[in-house]
Amino acid sequence: MTTPLLSLQGITKRYPSVVANQDVSLTVLPGQAHAVLGENGAGKSTLMKIIYGAVKPDEGQVFFNGQAVHIRNPQEARKLGISMVFQHFSLFDTLTVAENVWLGLDKSLGLADVTGRIVAKASEYGLDLEPNRPVHTLSVGEMQRVEIIRALLTEPKLLILDEPTSVLTPQAVEKLFVVLHKLVSRGCSIVYISHKLNEIRALCSACTVLRGGQVTGVCDPREESNASLSRLMIGAEPPALALTPKTPGAVMLSVNQLQLATEDPFGVDLVSIALQVRSGEVVGLAGVSGNGQRELMWALSGEDTRADHAVIEVAGQPAGHSGPQARRQLGLHFVPEERLGRGAVPTLSLAHNLLLTRSEALATGGWIRMGMLAEQARSVIARFHVKAAGPGATARSLSGGNLQKFIVGREISAAPALLIVSQPTWGVDVGAAAQIRGEILALRDAGCAVLVVSEELEELFEISDRLHVMAKGRLSPSLPRAEATVALMGEWMSGLWPGNTVEATHAQA
Amino acid sequence: MESYALLMAATLNAGTVLALAALGLLINEKAGIVNLGAEGLMLCAAIAGFATVVHTGNDLLGFAAGMSAGAVLAAVFGLMVIWLGTNQYATGLALSLFGVGFSAFVGIGYVQEKLPARPQFEVPWLADIPLIGPAFFRQHPLVYGAMALALALIWFLYRTRTGLVLRSVGESPESAHALGYNVRRIRMAAVVAGGALCGLAGAYISVIYTPLWVEGMVAGKGWIALALTTFATWRPARVLLGAYLFGGVTMLQFHLQGTGVDVPSQLLTALPYVATIVVLALISRNPAWIRVNMPTSLGKPFQPGS
Amino acid sequence: MLKLEARPEASKLWGYASPVLALFLTVLVGVAIFMALGKDPVRGLQMFFWEPVKSAYALGELMVKATPLLVIALGLGVCYRSNVWNIGAEGQFVMGAVAAGGVALVADATTGRWIVVVIVLAGVLGGMAWAGLVALLRDRFNANEILVSLMLVYVADMVLSYLVYGPWKDPAGYNFPQSKTFESVTQIPRLMAGSRVSVGLLIAFAGVGLMWVYLFRTRAGFAQQVGGLAPAAARYAGFSSRKALWVALLVSGGAAGLAGALEVAGPIGQLTPYVPAGYGFAAIIVAYVGRLHPVGMVFSAVLMSMFYIGGELAQSRLGLPKSITGVFQGLLLFSLLACDTLVSYRLRWLSRRA
Repeated sequence: MTTPLLSLQGITKRYPSVVANQDVSLTVLPGQAHAVLGENGAGKSTLMKIIYGAVKPDEGQVFFNGQAVHIRNPQEARKLGISMVFQHFSLFDTLTVAENVWLGLDKSLGLADVTGRIVAKASEYGLDLEPNRPVHTLSVGEMQRVEIIRALLTEPKLLILDEPTSVLTPQAVEKLFVVLHKLVSRGCSIVYISHKLNEIRALCSACTVLRGGQVTGVCDPREESNASLSRLMIGAEPPALALTPKTPGAVMLSVNQLQLATEDPFGVDLVSIALQVRSGEVVGLAGVSGNGQRELMWALSGEDTRADHAVIEVAGQPAGHSGPQARRQLGLHFVPEERLGRGAVPTLSLAHNLLLTRSEALATGGWIRMGMLAEQARSVIARFHVKAAGPGATARSLSGGNLQKFIVGREISAAPALLIVSQPTWGVDVGAAAQIRGEILALRDAGCAVLVVSEELEELFEISDRLHVMAKGRLSPSLPRAEATVALMGEWMSGLWPGNTVEATHAQA
Repeated sequence: MESYALLMAATLNAGTVLALAALGLLINEKAGIVNLGAEGLMLCAAIAGFATVVHTGNDLLGFAAGMSAGAVLAAVFGLMVIWLGTNQYATGLALSLFGVGFSAFVGIGYVQEKLPARPQFEVPWLADIPLIGPAFFRQHPLVYGAMALALALIWFLYRTRTGLVLRSVGESPESAHALGYNVRRIRMAAVVAGGALCGLAGAYISVIYTPLWVEGMVAGKGWIALALTTFATWRPARVLLGAYLFGGVTMLQFHLQGTGVDVPSQLLTALPYVATIVVLALISRNPAWIRVNMPTSLGKPFQPGS
Repeated sequence: MLKLEARPEASKLWGYASPVLALFLTVLVGVAIFMALGKDPVRGLQMFFWEPVKSAYALGELMVKATPLLVIALGLGVCYRSNVWNIGAEGQFVMGAVAAGGVALVADATTGRWIVVVIVLAGVLGGMAWAGLVALLRDRFNANEILVSLMLVYVADMVLSYLVYGPWKDPAGYNFPQSKTFESVTQIPRLMAGSRVSVGLLIAFAGVGLMWVYLFRTRAGFAQQVGGLAPAAARYAGFSSRKALWVALLVSGGAAGLAGALEVAGPIGQLTPYVPAGYGFAAIIVAYVGRLHPVGMVFSAVLMSMFYIGGELAQSRLGLPKSITGVFQGLLLFSLLACDTLVSYRLRWLSRRA
């Protein structure tokens, strides 16, 4: 019986409003790729932070190589041989790759020394990286490579990866797995956090499933089906969505060769974007973040009005110079990817947050009818099953999923002619995600034109009639859902669609 | 020609106050903290320094008192902003308002006091070179100290690992925290160091620059120093240059008043403030440029474990 | 050891209790200061908290001081809620006084009562223009409004100084730097006989009502504040941040200028270098302690006036420097900022782990 490399026993961590981990146990053997599976909010990130020393458990014990340890901070974790690649990168944009890596290592080495080691390690694992480039010039995939190299240079015995593939194209995911398989074959253990069943099966030989902060099962993922894993993860099988075929109607959104230079020194220019969305169809926009989706959303929602007026048409009317309010008059409603801070004001009540995009409760002169506003909020809450204390609850008191349901509900209940949604189910639990996707489809069936931007290919496959891909600020041609495959989408995400003259150099791979 | 040499000397003298304060503020801001309390802090340091020299006759003790006053007040500011998470701008303002009142209150007994005769310094040999000598080499040691400080900061920030860590905290305290650095302690150290330097600048004003005590004698130099770090885009060498430029503008005003130019004296007195506004406007015109140079987390709150 | 733990929801209780606690802490420190200076702390507290309210006349004087503080603070409240940091209300106050004074000097013995309206308007416009400079520089050049508004305070002081030492100096004034005393017809009307309280107080209360309605019942007020609470959300909603900037600065500048006019054509009655009495800075504290809420600011304005009057009394009766007022004002703001932590965080006593 081999001594486990890492053994967590009875770990409990409580926060003021939620118990993140309840009596959790985890056993990782040496040289094993071990998955930690769970939906958003299941407690995976907290557990990892405990292992990595960023958070202290309230109860429970951690054993490393059979010895009880108290990991008080990330430096101690690194000394033990535990290294972590974060989901949200811990990088410093204005510093170089080498400086970033140096900061993640302990003091004894000099910068020149570290630079040399970066080059050596990078070539050993086939990771392409220039040590002297400032990090803000890198693509998201390259930034992740910096994180990985930083972790590898600590010669870890245990490498933790937190949702690493949300920012990668399918081809880049394959390359990453090559690196990870190599690591495992050299005796390093991996803890792989994800909610993507296919990846876990491709990489890992063991899996611990978390739900609501507790362990619901330990298994070998290669011997389980999607259905059985889903059952462990969310307690039921994932609901199926049916896409009824529909003939699309009039063009509600028309973007005609949009060219827009970015205002942000770290942003992406938009080049020759051509796009149409008709009533009664869902158009999906795929692509890894950092390829211009943010800039395109600003241009479409009216937050950026620099486009030529006729280049963007909403319901047949030119709208390039129009602001968000004017576009709402034309029937365009938008759900942004950031909820707190952009889609809703965190410290204001749900009722007040309605006023951001809805004006039914306003009397002449702009007088706010508070009673009517509260009623309106109540109806959105009820119709969209938002779990909230009431219309007076502050936006930030809601969970991510519930807030997203409210914001989506706010826009859908305005009966828009055109709905644009960006990242509809980021960080949202499975139940709410299914509900939101169902609402989008219902809206489409009722004749609305819908544009969905998402990083999750599976989601787009589920709800779209047609798909585009964004790469490096350019938009691919449209592809009917029936003809879209993961491999093809992956190629297009690297810019390799027919007729694209841009070299997909170190694009996403 | 003689008078231009003297003007140069006066410029260096005046610029030193701004340089010391602005370099201190730069250390704060590189770590992501903006201390709007500089003016109040400098006033308290000025009275602390002045009072100490009145009682002990020792300039060095006066400077030490000024630095301590600055460090203590900055520490209070740091505790509130870093540990209690209070709003940086409001807390800095509170410090300024408090400092103005407190220094006036404590200083009431010192208004008529005089310091013992101020020593004259000169660098042997170099001070005797015609024109250049009186212009550059008859200064108080702190004038050269300010220049050395700027150089030391450049080395520290860009060539040492500790300096890199400081800059990274200012760039992204969340990332620094995730990597295991104690962001709070690092920021506190920066705030106290910055406060000590502002305190030194304040003491310099009341002990060397205009050796007397009057309520409000810092006359906005703390605010100008804050503006300076912005227009110098947070680089020590530019801060030094900017400080001398502003020192020059201040001296120009006195020079012009002295030569009997027919401009109302109030207009001349207003010159440094107007100049600050103009330069601020010109430099801030390009928001992208500021964004690339500014420590990204400047002014934003940070709470570990959230 | 003590630890701060985030609350899931901001505490409403502490929202109200925090200023009270802050005042209590300030008083404690005040008592310590009195004792350290060898003065009787009870008498000291009496100067600050009893004397200013003990008679109708005293209350009147309290209101005379509170009026400009409240007026300026109302404007600053709108401004700060929009996340525009106008620190130069003092300068806008001075320029309002200058403009008002300029109009008042034009009056002579035959001028009608209507001139009072013009004086007040001139004050408002003067303050607006001075704040408008700040808005222009921020709008066009992205210049930080904190520094610009502050620099303009020094410039405003110089403008006033130039005028009273130069072109507007009273020829019959024994060469003192002051303007002619304004004709009595220019005086802001008093509210009642026997007290110096002017109709400015009514204007201030009207302002409280107006501000409440604007901030909490109008869409324009809502749009203005969203920019201060969440700029990205304001952009998303389509609320113009440019408009919000100008409204914030023009309103606060106009309010400060109005206060300047009320003071200069009221209690002061002429232009002197002492017109800038620090009200513009004290009003910042009034706004904060009043939680940027119009009703809260009424209370904090009265409190700050008590500090002013207490300071004057402490000087004449206890021999303490008048600047003690500034010390207390600063302390109050500090304590408030510290106590406000309790609104978002809970204090917990955690035992050391074994």
